[in-house]
Formats: sequence, structure tokens, C-alpha cells
Amino acid sequence: MSYTPEMRELIKKVEATRPQRLGHDYPRMTPEEKQDVLKNHHPDYIQEQFREAKVGPNKGDRFPHEVADILEAYARMDRSQFDVNQPDKEVDVLVIGGGGGGAAASLMAHEAGADVMMATKLRFGDANTVMAQGGIQAADKPTDSPAIHYLDVMGGGHYTNIPELVNALVSDAPDVIRWLEKMGCMFDKDSSGNMKTKHGGGTSRMRMHSARDYTGAEIMRTVRDEVICRDINVVEFCAAVELLLDDNGKAAGAVLYNMETEEYMVVKAKSVVLATGGMGRLHTQNFPTSNHYGATADGLVLAYRAGAKLAFMDTVQYHPTGASFPEQVEGFLITEKVRGLGATPINVHGEQFVYHLETRDVEASAIIRECARGNGIKAPSGMAGVWLDSPMIEELHGEGTIEKEVPAMYRQFARFDVDIRKDPILVYPTLHYQNGGVLINDQAESTLENLFVAGEASGGIHGRNRLMGNSLLDILVMGRRAGRNAAARAKDSNGQSGKLNVSHVDAFEKELKEAGIDKQLLSPILIPLPEKLNPRLKD
Amino acid sequence: MTKDVKNQEKSQGQNMVDIYIMGKKYTVPDSLTIMKGFEYAGYTLIRGCGCRAGFCGACSTVYRVAGDHELKVGLACQTKVENDMYLTQIPFYPAHKVQYQLDELQGDTDQLAETFPEITKCVGCNACSNVCPQDIKVMKYIAHAIRGEISKAADESFDCLMCGLCATKCPANILQYKVALLSRRLHSRYLVPGAEHLQDRLKEIEEGKYDAEMDQLMNASREELVDKYNNRDIE
Ligand SMILES: Cc1cc2nc3c(=O)[nH]c(=O)nc-3n(C[C@H](O)[C@H](O)[C@H](O)COP(=O)(O)OP(=O)(O)OC[C@H]3O[C@@H](n4cnc5c(N)ncnc54)[C@H](O)[C@@H]3O)c2cc1C
Ligand code: FES
Repeated sequence: MSYTPEMRELIKKVEATRPQRLGHDYPRMTPEEKQDVLKNHHPDYIQEQFREAKVGPNKGDRFPHEVADILEAYARMDRSQFDVNQPDKEVDVLVIGGGGGGAAASLMAHEAGADVMMATKLRFGDANTVMAQGGIQAADKPTDSPAIHYLDVMGGGHYTNIPELVNALVSDAPDVIRWLEKMGCMFDKDSSGNMKTKHGGGTSRMRMHSARDYTGAEIMRTVRDEVICRDINVVEFCAAVELLLDDNGKAAGAVLYNMETEEYMVVKAKSVVLATGGMGRLHTQNFPTSNHYGATADGLVLAYRAGAKLAFMDTVQYHPTGASFPEQVEGFLITEKVRGLGATPINVHGEQFVYHLETRDVEASAIIRECARGNGIKAPSGMAGVWLDSPMIEELHGEGTIEKEVPAMYRQFARFDVDIRKDPILVYPTLHYQNGGVLINDQAESTLENLFVAGEASGGIHGRNRLMGNSLLDILVMGRRAGRNAAARAKDSNGQSGKLNVSHVDAFEKELKEAGIDKQLLSPILIPLPEKLNPRLKD
Repeated sequence: MTKDVKNQEKSQGQNMVDIYIMGKKYTVPDSLTIMKGFEYAGYTLIRGCGCRAGFCGACSTVYRVAGDHELKVGLACQTKVENDMYLTQIPFYPAHKVQYQLDELQGDTDQLAETFPEITKCVGCNACSNVCPQDIKVMKYIAHAIRGEISKAADESFDCLMCGLCATKCPANILQYKVALLSRRLHSRYLVPGAEHLQDRLKEIEEGKYDAEMDQLMNASREELVDKYNNRDIE
């Protein structure tokens, strides 16, 4: 599926301007220009794509329709199939979700002496974590400091981030890197052991640590191996479909659903860690997504029904550079490192139109605007995009840089006969990250007692916009805190155990009924909705 | 938004091919990956489907094209369908569980062979390299592992997705991908120096060097933060 003759013609225009563009940085936007492009072109600002929640702890808050649809849905569990007071398993800490956040929580809870069970919907490690390529931030170089990191995070999030969470993020960061280093995670280093670090969008210091362009995969491989080596009980292909509460209304376990046998399993726990990741597969506003198959926002649904407050759910991160061609990889993420190395966005006329390392929301909005102005390129599938001039990388840093620095990216396109060393890549923003989630405090606890939440499922750290490299960091910072604190909580509870219930689900459904919401959709959806069940695609 | 073709009749104007999923025939557009072919045919994937982007190794697939006796393998999310493709997925490989405590191991030359004694039984058939969807020279890194060249094994195996296809082909029952994983962990833990700047920073944090500045930032007004942010120097 290499470029069509029409596209080849257009590529010539990119090639023609490349020599002049070399060595000339496009000017960064002023704060006013940024505001303007965001207001007029960012998908978060399209009012009719959002609605106010009619029920639940965030009643009255704005949600994307796709999220509101599954929050305001009825429970999928079949109550006749299990008895909440006949648990199949009793543990100290139940960790839900087997990505990086869940693995970190499991390791810390186990280290603290808790009896841990991890339940995950797909295979352990089939998660967004494994897909992260670019890197992980931490202020551990002499020219940098946690305070400078703090300022970058706050500015990136438009000063909406919750300060105590950002403090936790940047202060724990060096220790997270040390933890990974000691666990044998293969970071890019020079011969004396110093971390090789780079810039990412919105960073003022070079603090992006990487493991070639498989940073998330390397972190996941390492922490997963450690979980396995420590013999922590991992149950795969078992999704949580509802939280269980005790008599005092505290989180006390979950109802799991075996994805294969379709049987239920009741797990009683003294504390619960929710680390179910993001919502990319809800395809807000019909965007393609970079996310893994299981990113269906299940954790939000569970927590919301049980009474936990969500935060920043009206902001979604669209990564500026998802693939628009070939069709097989639509939505596939072109890591920011490609821009970090010097590839720039170029329009149909061969002109650059935006500085290549603006924050993600600004960069994405600029690309959407350029296409809206008719300066985009149409792929044969009908999808629009702009060029990302990857051959610039080889011009700037020498031949062979692409294969060495972004092998995953190179290989992925080569599979479909596109050689990104020689030809630019066609890109358009892709639904990438859930900026918000379950509101937590700096101990990773939600507003529901004994429910700890970590990683992409949580909200508040990144405010309205996350910077690259702060999410891999966040899942480990908060994953570790959640694990530690959940274990401590389990110890404190002294083995006293009341009765379990799911009456919060009944109450929630009653609220739905009273609000006039019909039983259309059942949630959590667990796997992406087939088109026929998707209320957004129905006329 | 971006894509108006999404709801169009899918088969219009597309070339169709016949594929045989576990022996059963389905006709699907030729532009699809094997994974999308399964779904087009009506399957809902639970196993054998993870990242859908060539990173997680969940979607190993074995196939053969009619008329050709050769058994081929690939990642379902990264391989296009072909006419007369006979396929099935191998989403799970019953590997034996190898457990170790990294802290108690050493980075010396016998470590890999001690933990995975079967590697010395490698017969040099190269079947592992031939099936690797990442084009890793699997047999080569196993040779490094046998010789105790841990760092070379780590480097050579780095792009491994742990899909397990190598192991399914190995006549000596070697778990190549697990050997590779341990080589990377040993290399990173024992054979490259720890980052000194990291230790320095941890010490500073512990001594409270940044506490006052962090306090001040956490209590700063929005205006102060905006000002600081817009005027920060960029490395
Ligand atoms: C393509 C891509 C590239 C990225 N690049 C970077 C980067 O360079 N730097 C960076 O910092 N961040 C990056 N990110 C973001 C980052 O990888 C993720 O935000 C982060 O890894 C999320 O980790 P997590 O543990 O919270 O969730 P995940 O890793 O997604 O794990 C969630 C787990 O929960 C499971 N689960 C879901 N629902 C249920 C349920 N109901 N019951 C049980 N289990 C369930 C899932 O199957 C999954 O295993 C990237 C993301 C993507 C998609
Ligand atoms: S689904 Fe992850 S590699 Fe194919």
C-alpha cells in the first residue's frame, strides 16, 4: 500500500521546500495565538459534542456524549448469577487492571506484605502502557529540578492541574526512575551510565528518558516479569463489572466477569486499586484512536456508580500525529519523538504552518485548522491529513537516524511499503488520552473510601492537558502510592469484614429511571461497541 | 468529522478475497489486516487482540496460502489478508513459569544458562529467527546467551514483543523470549553503571533542597505561575 501517484506528486512539493526549511525553525505561537486556535479548532470546544450528566456524583458537569452514554447506562451484570455474600475469593488488596499502573500497585502492595490479586480484562500487559514509545519524564539532571518540572506540568495543563498531585508527580519521579533502573529496565544511557534525555512537547528541560522507541513496552516487560517472579496472583481475561461496597459504603471488592466462560466471580477485598486505563475506544467525535482494544473506560463507570467523583472529563487529548494512511494503520500513533527529532508538519503546498513542538492540544488544533482551510491532503480512504516530514530527521542528524532512534515506527510503516526515511507520513490528530478520570488525592485515594485509583483512569494530575512522558510517570508514581496505601489500609482494617452489597447499583439505576433515561445500553462495555450498538452511530 | 466513508457500504468498489478462518470460508476486502478480516467475518475477538498496533504480541497468527506447503506466521494486526489464506490464531503458548529474584542473580557469564539450562540444547536450526515478526535474529541472541554475552543478547533482542512464536517452533523447547527478557534485566541492572545524576537528585530531594521552592509554587497564584511559565528559560 505505498503512496498513490497523486500523493507522490504532492510529496514532490514537500521535497522542493525541504532544503529551505532546514535550519529555519518556524516561530512558536504567542499565548494569544494559542488561545485562538484552541477556541476555534480544538474538539473540546465544540459545544454540541458535550452534554451535562443527569445523574451521579458529577450531575450537571459536562461530558463528551460518548462518555455520558456509558455512564448513564444500566448495569451489564446479571445479578441472578452470583451471590455477593458468597465470595469466591478473599484477599487484602484487589488490583483491577494489568497495565503499568496496576503492575506497580501490585508490586508495592505485595512488598508491603498484603495478599494481592490482580484481575485484568485481556492478557496481563495488553494495555496502553505497552504502546508508549516516546518516553518518561523525570527531573534528574543537574540543569533540571522538580520545581522546573512542576512549572512545565502546570503550564502544559493550563494551570488547572491539582497542585498536590503535581507535587507528588514531580517529587516521586526520580525515585520511580531509580526503581525501574534497579529492576533492570533498559534505559538509553551513555557509557558512564548517565541517562540520555531529550525534549518533548512543552518541556523546558531535556528530561525525557527513553528505551529506544519501546519505552512503555520495556517498562511493561520489566514490571510484568517482576510481578510474575514474585508469584503475585494474576487472573487474566477477567474484567471487573461492578465494585462491591461494605455496610459502611466503603469499597470492598468487585464482581469479576470471565470473558471466556462468561461466569462471575465475587472477590472480597479490604481495599481496591482501580487501574483500568483510558477511553480511546469510545472514539469521541468519531476520531480514530491510538489506544489498545480494552480502552473502554470501564473503570469510570464502576467508580461513578459507586459514588466516586470524576474530574476533568470534558477534556480529551487528541494526539496531533495519528496515521491517516495507509488505511490499515489509521489512528496509529506517530510518536512525538519523531517531531522531537525534527520532523515538521507540512501542508499540501509544501509549507510548514506550525512550530513542530507546540503542546499537543495546540499542535493538534493547528493541524485540524490547516485541513479545515483546505490545505490538507486527502488519503484514498477519504481521511484528511497533513504531511509529517520525517526525512528531515535524516537530513538533520544523518542517515540511519530513523532506524536507530525510532525503529518501531520505521518497521510499522515498512510493513505497508511506506519508507519514512525517504517519504513523509500523512497524519491527522487521533484520540489519544483521557486527561481526566476518577478524582484522587495525593495518596491516590478517590472520594470513595478504600478505592484507590491510579494511572489513566484517574484525573487531576494533568489538568486539562497532559504532556508527553508524564503519563508513564504518573502511572508509576500513583500506582506505587496506591499499592502502598491500599496495603496499609488493608492492614488497618484488622480483618473485620462486614457484609457486601451492590445496592449502589440499584440506587443508581433508580436515579436513571427517575431522570427519564431508558435502558438502552449496558455498561461497562468491556470491548468496543459494535457499530449496531453504538448510540452515536444510530440515526 | 474526519472520515465520511466510515458508514459507507464497506464492500463497494473494493477487491474481495477469500480467507479460511479455521477452515471456514469468508469473503473479505483485500485491504484489511488479518485482525480486521476476522472482525469483518463476524468474529468478536477477546484473545488474540490487544494493542492492534504491533506492540503487544497478543495476535500471533499461523497461516498458509493454498498451493504453498509453507506454514507462515505473522501478527494479525500487522499482516494483510491474501486470497486463499488458511489461518488460525495462536494467542497463547503454554510456557513453563521461570521465577527468579533479580537481586539474587549476578551479571556473570553463566547466569543465563543457569536460569535457562535448555539454551545449551540449541540445535542451530534458525527456525526461531525465521518466524520472528520483528525480524530479530533470535538464534543469534541465543548464541550470545549461551556464550554468556549478556549485553549483546540484550541489545540484539531489544525489539521483542514476547509474542512467543519463536518458542512454538523450537525443537529444543527453548523459551527464547524469556531468555531475552532476563538478558535485558541483567544487563541493565548489573552491566551498565547506575546513573549518578539520579543518585544526586534523590539525595537532594531527601535533604529537602526543593521543599521551600515547591511550597512556594504550590501556593502561587495563577498569575504568578503564568508569568513564571511564560518567562522560563528553555534548554
Ligand atoms: C500509542 C500510545 C503511546 C503513548 N506514548 C506515551 C509516551 O511516550 N509517554 C507517556 O508518558 N505516555 C504515553 N502514552 C500514555 C500512556 O502509555 C498511558 O496513559 C498509560 O500507560 C496508561 O497506563 P495505565 O496502567 O493507567 O492503563 P493501561 O496501561 O491502559 O492498563 C489498563 C489495564 O486495565 C485493563 N482493564 C480495562 N478495563 C478493565 C476491567 N473492566 N477489568 C479489568 N481490567 C480492565 C486493560 O485491559 C489494561 O490491561 C501513550 C499511549 C498510547 C496509547
Ligand atoms: S494486537 Fe498487539 S501486536 Fe497485534
